[in-house]
Amino acid sequence: MPPEAPDGVLISAQIGVVTGLLADYAACVDGDELERWPDFFTEQAHYRITTEFNHARGLPIGIIDARNRNMLKDRITALRKANIYEPQRYRHIISVVRVTGAEGSLIMAEAGFMVVRTMIDGSQDLFVSGRYLDSIDTSGARPRFAKKLVVLDSDKIDTLLAIPL
Amino acid sequence: MSEASSHPATASWPNDGLTRVPYALYDDEAVYLRERERLFMGPTWNILGLECEVPNPGDYKTTFLGDVPVVLVRDRAGELKGFENRCAHRGALLCLERFGNAKAFTCVYHAWSYDHDGNLVGVAFQNGVKGEGGMPEGFRREEHGLRRLQIAMLSGLVFGSFDPGVAPLEDYLGAEIVMRIRRVLPRPVKVLGYYTQTLRNNWKLYAENVRDPYHASILHLFFTTFRLNRLSQKGGIIVDDSGGHHVSYSMLNNKLDNKSARNDGDKDYETAKLRADDDSIGLKEPALLGGRDEFGDGITLQILSVFPNLVIQQVRNSLVVRQIVPKGVDRTDVVWTNYGFTDDDDELAELRLMQSNFIGPAGYISMEDGAVGAFIQRALPGAGDDTSVVMMGGDGAVSQESRATETSVRGFWKAYRKVMAI
Repeated sequence: MPPEAPDGVLISAQIGVVTGLLADYAACVDGDELERWPDFFTEQAHYRITTEFNHARGLPIGIIDARNRNMLKDRITALRKANIYEPQRYRHIISVVRVTGAEGSLIMAEAGFMVVRTMIDGSQDLFVSGRYLDSIDTSGARPRFAKKLVVLDSDKIDTLLAIPL
Repeated sequence: MSEASSHPATASWPNDGLTRVPYALYDDEAVYLRERERLFMGPTWNILGLECEVPNPGDYKTTFLGDVPVVLVRDRAGELKGFENRCAHRGALLCLERFGNAKAFTCVYHAWSYDHDGNLVGVAFQNGVKGEGGMPEGFRREEHGLRRLQIAMLSGLVFGSFDPGVAPLEDYLGAEIVMRIRRVLPRPVKVLGYYTQTLRNNWKLYAENVRDPYHASILHLFFTTFRLNRLSQKGGIIVDDSGGHHVSYSMLNNKLDNKSARNDGDKDYETAKLRADDDSIGLKEPALLGGRDEFGDGITLQILSVFPNLVIQQVRNSLVVRQIVPKGVDRTDVVWTNYGFTDDDDELAELRLMQSNFIGPAGYISMEDGAVGAFIQRALPGAGDDTSVVMMGGDGAVSQESRATETSVRGFWKAYRKVMAI
């Protein structure tokens, strides 16, 4: 349900904020600038990747669950220094944004996405599709995700999920 | 044994016992078909799921035994039944949902319907329409039931077998494996979340990987990178008499000194916390390293396999039942069912959730296992009749204290050769 808004301008402004944030976010992940990735989140942000199947049934355990920005930093450190995986890149295609609510300085929004994964030998696959269920904190100098729930349409992950979605 | 098989063994076994494994076994279509017939549909017990997934009469789950689609259902009396998910009429899938509840199973194609036991109870237009058509006089519904599974249960796990001659489950597993299964399933279970990892490799490469403790500290660098010392931990490998089942476990050192197992975990946690502020390599958030000695024996890691398709994993408080599903000679699905217990308190629930970051396709200490099998699969074309080398820890397939061993990998092949008659 769209939020009560005094006029249409407010909603389009909110959509603009979310769209801009998602565009920057996708450019960061797809451009392999992962050191910048944690900075898209507030200090106490909750980032979770799960599936529609688990989400619909309220099953708590999904594929990644991070409770604050430090856990996101640790994930990038692990990706860069510890985990072993073949070179690969993502291309996010994000749908138009739907603002689903607003509360104080928080905007709640939903967007569909697809990620094409390209391996170093040139092979490409539709890696995942799903939706972002985001709460965006607009109180700071720049908007940040206070919560980002990544809900995947399919239960299946091909090989591994190293780079965040 | 082999004379009844419609799929002859194509790969011959080299003369070096269990220390050499022919690469041809991983990409030969004839081997794959023979595995389906002799191994998966033969005298083996295959994990189908958890009892708690089908709690009420009529509840069903569709899954796979090998790559054969099957249905697990709880009947009106509360008994678990299983049958092939294939209509006896024209062979269409009978059940299309992953989970559901049904009074009877009716095929969408021609509405043949079956009860919870797989008996054919209804045939649309059996007597024709207005006296025309219909089934011949001699048609007997009781001759057209679904192909049934043997079902056995242990600690909330449900196993199935197509072979009525299969050994009783506890004999099949052996006492030590039964004890180790009960250890991680001591109370009523609840499912905490599912996902499936698709591997681009033969199922046996994954079955070997879970039985291979040699690679753990070499391929999975998370703990060493963050300088969390795991190398001095005590543990061992248990291989059952058949060779097919194994347990690899490790425990905190100080448990051996009769101190609280909590302390060592806390030490990791404290060390990580100290480093977090001033160390560029340390973990920024040490909460991941928390843990509770919930089974009271100091064992923090237990990987258990049951031949052919089950893995039960305990990584601290992260508990998972993994089902291996072959999807062709070079494809495998691993279905991960994260579980806890119905009486988990909030702290334990939180620990399971936090530690789920260690495991699965994005897991800090497991994501590499998704790729390494494919590295072997992709290198197969030139292998010809070459063999891999499985000599670490000797040539036997017996229990060992050292984890620098491939004893349980050899055990897998011992069981495999017997059931495959190669």
